[in-house]
Amino acid sequence: MTEPLLEVDDIRLSFKGVRAIDGVSFHVDEGELFAIIGPNGAGKTSIFNTINQVYVPQEGDIRWRGESLMGKRPDHIATLGIARTFQNIELFPHMTVLDNLMLGRHTQMSAGWFAGGLWLGRAKKEELENRSKVEDIIDFLEIESWRKYPVALLPYGIQKRVELGRALAMEPKLLLLDEPVAGMNLEETEDMARFILDIREELGIAMLLVEHDMGLVMDIADRVMVLDFGQKIAEGPPAQVQRNPEVIKAYLGEDFGVVAAGDDETLEASATE
Amino acid sequence: MRGRPHLFTSYEGEQSLLPTWTQRVMLALFLVLLVTIPLQFVPGVQFLGSDSWLLVLNRVMIYAIGALGINILTGLAGQVSLGHAFFMGIGAYTAVVLGAPASDRFWGMGLPIWIWLPAAGIVAAIVGIIVAPTAVRVRGLYLAIVTLGLVFIGEHLFRNLTFITGGAGLGRDWPELAFRFWKEEEPLIDFSSRGPWFGIEFSGAAKTYFFMLVLLILFTLWHKNLARTRIGRAFQSIRDRDIAAEVMGVADAKNKLRAFAISSFFAGVAGALLGALVGRLVPETWNLLLSVQFVAIILIGGAGTTAGTLLGSFFVVAIPRMVEDLTRMLSVQVRTDGPFAWLGDFIIADQGDFGLVSTVANGPGLSIFQTNLALYGFLIIIFLIFEPLGLFGVWIRIRNYWKGWPFSY
Repeated sequence: MTEPLLEVDDIRLSFKGVRAIDGVSFHVDEGELFAIIGPNGAGKTSIFNTINQVYVPQEGDIRWRGESLMGKRPDHIATLGIARTFQNIELFPHMTVLDNLMLGRHTQMSAGWFAGGLWLGRAKKEELENRSKVEDIIDFLEIESWRKYPVALLPYGIQKRVELGRALAMEPKLLLLDEPVAGMNLEETEDMARFILDIREELGIAMLLVEHDMGLVMDIADRVMVLDFGQKIAEGPPAQVQRNPEVIKAYLGEDFGVVAAGDDETLEASATE
Repeated sequence: MRGRPHLFTSYEGEQSLLPTWTQRVMLALFLVLLVTIPLQFVPGVQFLGSDSWLLVLNRVMIYAIGALGINILTGLAGQVSLGHAFFMGIGAYTAVVLGAPASDRFWGMGLPIWIWLPAAGIVAAIVGIIVAPTAVRVRGLYLAIVTLGLVFIGEHLFRNLTFITGGAGLGRDWPELAFRFWKEEEPLIDFSSRGPWFGIEFSGAAKTYFFMLVLLILFTLWHKNLARTRIGRAFQSIRDRDIAAEVMGVADAKNKLRAFAISSFFAGVAGALLGALVGRLVPETWNLLLSVQFVAIILIGGAGTTAGTLLGSFFVVAIPRMVEDLTRMLSVQVRTDGPFAWLGDFIIADQGDFGLVSTVANGPGLSIFQTNLALYGFLIIIFLIFEPLGLFGVWIRIRNYWKGWPFSY
C-alpha cells in the first residue's frame, strides 16, 4: 500500500482543563474525500487547526507524506500544499474577490517588494499569468459577476464560494473544508456539493471535510470518521458508520440508540415522556 | 473599441494603472497643470505659483512622501504606528551627517545628494528593521503605544547628541538641494537658488518644486505598484485577517517587518528632504505632533488608498495656510469695508465685536493658530464619523453621482 497523504497519529490537545482532542488517529489518502462528523464541541475544527499548526497538539504526531508537521509555521505548511476554508468565513473583507483569489496564489508567486514596486518585466508577467489562473477558478466557481466587488459586500453563499476559490488558488494537494454548506439553503448546498465533487473529479484534490449536513456527508464522502468529546468513536464507509450504535447514541442519546436498533416500543415510550 | 472604455480584451489592459482613456487624459492634464504652476501661466491657480505658496506646495509634497510611507504600514498592513516622526528624524540626521560640511562642533562629511538622500532612507529602514521584531509582537493600540515610546526615546537622543543634531532649540544647517558628482564647488544642478533653466528664470522655490515633483511621482508609482502586487496583497491580508493570512502562506512576522522597513525608508527620505527644504531644524521637530499629523493625513485622505494619501497631505499641510490667508483677507475687508465685509464681520473679532477669530495680537477670540488647531481636530472627528474612507471616499461618491447622472439615486 502506498503511503497516505496525511497521517494523524494519536494527537492530544487540551486547553487548560478542557480536552479538545483526546487521542485521535486517522489518515487521508491521495484523492480521497474523508469526512469528519460529530456533535458541536467534538473537536472537529480543532483537528483542522492542529493540521495547520495554528494549535500545536501536546502529544502525538501529524505527518505529511511521511514528514512530520509538528512545530512548523502555518505559512510553511501552506507551501506544502495544504489549503483550507473556515467555518466562519475568514476572507479578507476589504479586498476584492480578485485580490482574495490572487492572495491565494501567494505561495505560487515570487515577486518581492522591489520588483513589485517597480512593476518590472518579471513581476508584471507573473502578475498577468497568475491572473489568468485565477480567472479559471472564477469560471469554475461561476462567480464572474462578483470579480471586482469587495468581499464584505457579497451575499453569504457567494462568500463561501469565494473562500473555496481562494483555497483552490493555492493549487493544494489536500483541501480542508470546514463546514462548507453551513447555513445554506438546499439549492446552495447542492451547488456546493457539485463543486466539491467536481474538484475531486477534475482536479483530483484530496479533501478533508467537516460538516453537519448528514445528507451531504453520506452522499459524497468516501470514508467518515465520527468524533465525540474529542474521541474517535467510529470510522468507515458512510453506510457502515450510519448503522453504528455508538454513533447513534452520540447524536440522538441513549434511548434512541436502542430505537434505531429496531425497538419501536422505546420510541413511543420516550415520545410520550 | 470606441465608446466602450470598459471592454478589455487582455488582462494587461485591465490591470494597467490607468485602464481607460478618460483617466489617461485627465492625469496628463493634471500633470501639465502641476508643471505650469511655477510658471504662473494658469489663471485659476496663479496664486499657487507665488514663492510663498510654492514653499507650502513643496512641504505638501514632502509630507506626501512621508504619508505614502505610513500608508504602507498603517493603511495597507494595518499596523498603527505613532513612530513615524522618529524615523523621519533618523533620516534627517543621516542626511545632515553625510551631506553637511564638517565643522569643529558638528559631525559632517560633505558628501553629494546622491549619497545622502538614499542613505537617509536606507538607514531609517535599517533602524525600522531593528525595531520591528519588538513591535510586531503586539498589535492595535499596544503597537501604537510601543511606537509612541520610540518618539520619546528619539526626542531625548536628538536633544542630547548635539554633535549630530545641533542641540535643543538650536539645530544646525542641512545640506542644500543641489546635485554634485563629488565635492566640487559649483553644483551641476542647483535645486534651491534662483537662476535660469533652459533660458527661463526660475526662483529657488520653483526649482525645488520641480525636484520634489519628480521625487513624489517616483514614490507614488512605487507605492501604487507595491499595493497592487504580491507583497501589497500580503500586507492587506495581514491587516484584514492575520491568522487566515498565515494559513494561506503569508509569513506574518516577515511581512510586518517588511512593511516597517519600507515605511521607514519613505519616512527617512521625507525627513531628509524636510531638513533640506527648511534649511535648519531644531531637534524638537520630530515630536509626537508630527507623527499624529501623518496619522491624520491618512485618516482624512482615506487609509489604504494612494490618491487619498496625496489628497490628505495637501489638505493637512495647505489648508491651515489657506485659513490663515482667508482670515487675513477678511480682516482687510472689514477694515476697508469691501464687498465681503459682512462675512468678515461675522467671523473676525478684531475690534471686540461679535466673531470668532482675531488677526491682531492679544485680540479677543481665537488666534489664527488656535483656529487652525481647532479646525484640524474638528475635521478628523467629522471624517471618522461621516466618511471613514476620507477624501477618497468623498471623491468616489462625487464620481459615482456624475457617472449615474441624470439618474443618480
